[in-house]
Amino acid sequence: MSSAVASPLDKAVGFYQAPIGKKAVMAVTGVILFGYVVAHLLGNLQIYSADRQQINQYAAFLHDPSHAGFLWGARTFLLAAVLLHMVAATQLWIQNRSARPVRYVKKDDVPTAYAARTMIWSGPIIAAFVVFHVLHLTAGTVLPLQELGPNRPDVRANVIAGFQHPAVAGFYVLAMLLLCLHLYHGVWSMFQSVGVSHPRYTIWLKRFAALSALLIALGNISIPVAVLAGLLTN
Amino acid sequence: MRLILHIWRQRNAAETGRMVRYEAPDVNPDMSFLEMLDVLNEGLIAKGEDPVAFDHDCREGICGMCGFMINGVAHGPLRGATICQLHMRHFRDGQELYLEPWRARAFPVIRDLVVNRSAFDRLIAAGGFISVSTGSAPDGNAILVPKESADRAMDAAACIGCGACVAMCPNASASLFLGAKIAHLGLLPQGQPERAGRVQKMVRQSLQERFGSCTNIGECEAVCPKEIKLEVIARMHRDFLKAAWSGHSAD
Repeated sequence: MSSAVASPLDKAVGFYQAPIGKKAVMAVTGVILFGYVVAHLLGNLQIYSADRQQINQYAAFLHDPSHAGFLWGARTFLLAAVLLHMVAATQLWIQNRSARPVRYVKKDDVPTAYAARTMIWSGPIIAAFVVFHVLHLTAGTVLPLQELGPNRPDVRANVIAGFQHPAVAGFYVLAMLLLCLHLYHGVWSMFQSVGVSHPRYTIWLKRFAALSALLIALGNISIPVAVLAGLLTN
Repeated sequence: MRLILHIWRQRNAAETGRMVRYEAPDVNPDMSFLEMLDVLNEGLIAKGEDPVAFDHDCREGICGMCGFMINGVAHGPLRGATICQLHMRHFRDGQELYLEPWRARAFPVIRDLVVNRSAFDRLIAAGGFISVSTGSAPDGNAILVPKESADRAMDAAACIGCGACVAMCPNASASLFLGAKIAHLGLLPQGQPERAGRVQKMVRQSLQERFGSCTNIGECEAVCPKEIKLEVIARMHRDFLKAAWSGHSAD
C-alpha cells in the first residue's frame, strides 16, 4: 500500500470518511454560521436606532443592485455551509445510532448534557425556522412586504407588522431559544472537535459559548417582545 | 438490607435476553456489589438455577474486567470507581436496581452481564503500541521526559480499558478509550515516531468495529472509573487533523 500515491481527492475522501473529518467539517461550517448569526444580530439591532430609517438604509445597502454579485456570493457560501453542516450531522447521527442496536432498558444521563443530546433536534427546527424566516421577510410569501422603492424594502414596517401576529412572534422566540441551546453546546464543541482544549482554557471556552449563545438569543428575542409590548412602533 | 434486582439474563450471543426479577433479602452494607452478586448466585445455585454471569478479576479496581450498568449508569452511582469498589452502603434498603450489560454493536453480549470487549484489543493492535527493540532494559534517564508530560501521560495511562465510556456514551463511541491511549503514548518521546500513523490506524479501526463517534457530551468522562478527561479526545482530534494536514497516510 505504501507504494501507492494518494491523490488529493483520495485524501479528501479518506479524511471525510473518518468521523473526526466529518466533525472538522461541522466545526468549520459551524464557525461560518456562528459568524453569520452574529453579523445578522448586529444588523437586526439597528431597528433600535433613534434614526428610524437606519435599518432600512442598511437593507437598501445590502440590496443595492451594484452589490448583487456579492450578495448572491454570500448567500451561496452560507447555503453551502448549511448543507455541509447538515449532511455531516445526518451521516454522523445515522452512524451513531447504529452503534447501539439494542437499547438500554434503563439509561441515566448526565444532567448538564441536555443541549448536547438535543443538537439533532434543535438543528432541524432551526433550519425549518430559517426557511420560514426567509419566506416571511425576504420572499414575502407569509405576509405581503412593503417597499420604499425598488430594492429598498421597508424592513422596519415589515418586522413590526409580522411580529404583531403572536403566533409568528412566538415561533421566532422559540427558534431563538433553540438556537441558544444549539450554540451553547456547538460553540464550545467546535473547539473540542478541532482539538482545541486545555485544562486552563476549556472553562473560558465554555463560558464564551454560554455567554455568546445567551446574548445572541436575548438580542434577537428582544425584537418580537418589544413589538408585542408596543415599544417598537412605526 | 433488602434489595430488588432486575438483571439482564441471556444464555448466549444468539439468544435474545430479558430482564428477570430477583430479591436479595440479606445484604450486608459492607459487601461490595460483586460480593452481593456472589451471595445471590450461591442462592441460585442452591435452588438449582443458573448463576448470573458477570466479569471480574482483581476486585481492587485496577484490572478493568468488571463493569455493567446499575440503574442506567456505568459502574453505578459512585464516581471514580469500578463496580468491585462500590459498596452496598451506597444504596437504600428496599431499593430497586436494574443491572444490564454494556450495550454497543462493538461489544456483543456473551452471557448475562458479560460482553465481548475484543474490539478494544483490536484497537490497541491497530496502533496502541510503540515499536522498540527487545533486549536489556535501556539506561535510566537516557531519554529525558519533562515532568508535566510524564504526569499527563500517566493520567491517560490510568485507563484500564473497562469499556464504561462506550457503555455510557449515547453514541457508543470509543473516543475516550482511544484518546487515552493516544495521549498516553503521544505525550512521551518514545511515542513520537509512530504518532501520525497511530491515530489514523486506530480511528480507522474504530470505524470498522462500528463504534460511534464523539459528540462532546461528556457522559464518558462522568463515569470513567479512572477519571480520564475529555481533553484526551481533543488531543486525538488534533493528532488526527495534523496527520491529515501533513499528508500522512495510515498505510
